[in-house]
Amino acid sequence: MSATHYRRAFGAILVREVLRFWQQRERFLSALVRPLLWLFIFAAGFRAALGVSIIPPYATYITYDVYMLPGLAAMIQLFNGMQNSLSMVYDREMGSMRVLLTTPLPRWYLLLSRLFAGVCVSLLQVYTFFAIAKLAGVDVPLAGWLLALPALIVTGMMLGALGMLFATTIRQLENFAGVMNFVIFPMFFVSSALYPLWKIREANIWLYWLCQFNPFTHAVELIRFALYRQFNGLAALIVLASLAGFGTVAVAAFDPSRGLAKRGEPAAD
Amino acid sequence: MANTGQPVLTLHGITHHYGAKLALDDVSFDVAPGRLTALLGLNGAGKTTIFSLVTGLFSAQAGRFEITGRDMRTSPSQALEPLGVVFQQPTLDLDLTVRQNLMYFAGLRGMSRTAASERILSTLMGLGMAERLDERVRALNGGHRRRVEIARALLHEPRILLLDEPTVGLDIPTRRAIVSYVHELTRTRGCAALWATHLIDEIEPGDRLIVIDRGQIKASGEAKAVMASAGAASLAEAFDKLTAQSPELAT
Repeated sequence: MSATHYRRAFGAILVREVLRFWQQRERFLSALVRPLLWLFIFAAGFRAALGVSIIPPYATYITYDVYMLPGLAAMIQLFNGMQNSLSMVYDREMGSMRVLLTTPLPRWYLLLSRLFAGVCVSLLQVYTFFAIAKLAGVDVPLAGWLLALPALIVTGMMLGALGMLFATTIRQLENFAGVMNFVIFPMFFVSSALYPLWKIREANIWLYWLCQFNPFTHAVELIRFALYRQFNGLAALIVLASLAGFGTVAVAAFDPSRGLAKRGEPAAD
Repeated sequence: MANTGQPVLTLHGITHHYGAKLALDDVSFDVAPGRLTALLGLNGAGKTTIFSLVTGLFSAQAGRFEITGRDMRTSPSQALEPLGVVFQQPTLDLDLTVRQNLMYFAGLRGMSRTAASERILSTLMGLGMAERLDERVRALNGGHRRRVEIARALLHEPRILLLDEPTVGLDIPTRRAIVSYVHELTRTRGCAALWATHLIDEIEPGDRLIVIDRGQIKASGEAKAVMASAGAASLAEAFDKLTAQSPELAT
């Protein structure tokens, strides 16, 4: 297979994801409404009560909405990663995954292309969110938007790979609601998205360590530092290691036959 | 397309289980270019399992198969290259147009946009679907969707066309049209077609026939010859005789 074939196949997967996303514009709106509600209602309420003292990467005191912004960007990616995996389970059940997997290219490449295409869609959502926040006066340096792009790609891939890992273990579409309740919300709340780690440590040391073991915490911190033109090496290392781990297991475990069988009985004749 | 007469698909002793249930039992056969090979069996006979193995969706538990001489275990990408597949289950994206669905597939096959556009138009014209190019698949009826799936399988000019019960759920005129179109393809393009079906009237006397029952090959050869060797006056009678011999049915 030539490099051109690889490139064209990725282009086809990306275009399909964008077209599907365009067909489901309500998905775009709902992906934005959620973080905007957090930003303009939750953060606005706490803004007066909770200022955040000077901690890296911030050079000065910041308001709570500014603190929350990276966490909400990561939240968009987390939801998008899970949405992408939901779409993979759906495609597997509906059969369109078979078209992808019978392509004469390595399966790991096809699955990672699918993952990366999903990340590209999430970037559209994140930057739209940044723009709305900027218009509303939540100040983040514009140069940081550009520097955050690599961080957002890596964090999006890591969260997407986690979603793909769940997609490999879920037999049927209806089982996916459990993932939403038992994965997304704990990951978001037990992290530095809402409160700085030093505050969590003061409140509860066990919760602090849980946050430290949560890769979502490090995704948030990687984005936060990048937005302020700084590099958080530890966060980058943990996010990359998590991406490698989740991605490897998910690709190895991906079994297209799962969608062909219903409740243990082979549907294939 | 060169018709060398050599088999383009060969299965050697394929055995496959779903848990404890035996789905395929030492299945061997080959598929020749330039003609249609019908894989005839009832539901549960093992037809879709064979397709899933040949397309690489499942891994063979025992035995091996070669596609145009390439072993799926050692060269999966090269083995998949000459295949065009129409799955039993619809696999088109309903919210995309016919063109978008086909362009997606063409991209996956590494075709350039220009080449893909030309091939899409000519293939759809052959199937009488060119005027539906920019309609969403959701707006098409079952027969038209099937034609689009066949067009998709033909875009990259495959040497082997695999069709897993492609006429299921279609009305009789549409079924006849599709059966006739695929027969014509094998004659004019010289490609091989492996057609899984449980509908005997889709098979022509000159087709190669493989009868499968409960995971075992019961007979293979030209349809006329299978009838003769079973001592039957019709293909339906031959099929009944061959499948009635299975021990499960006998008890």
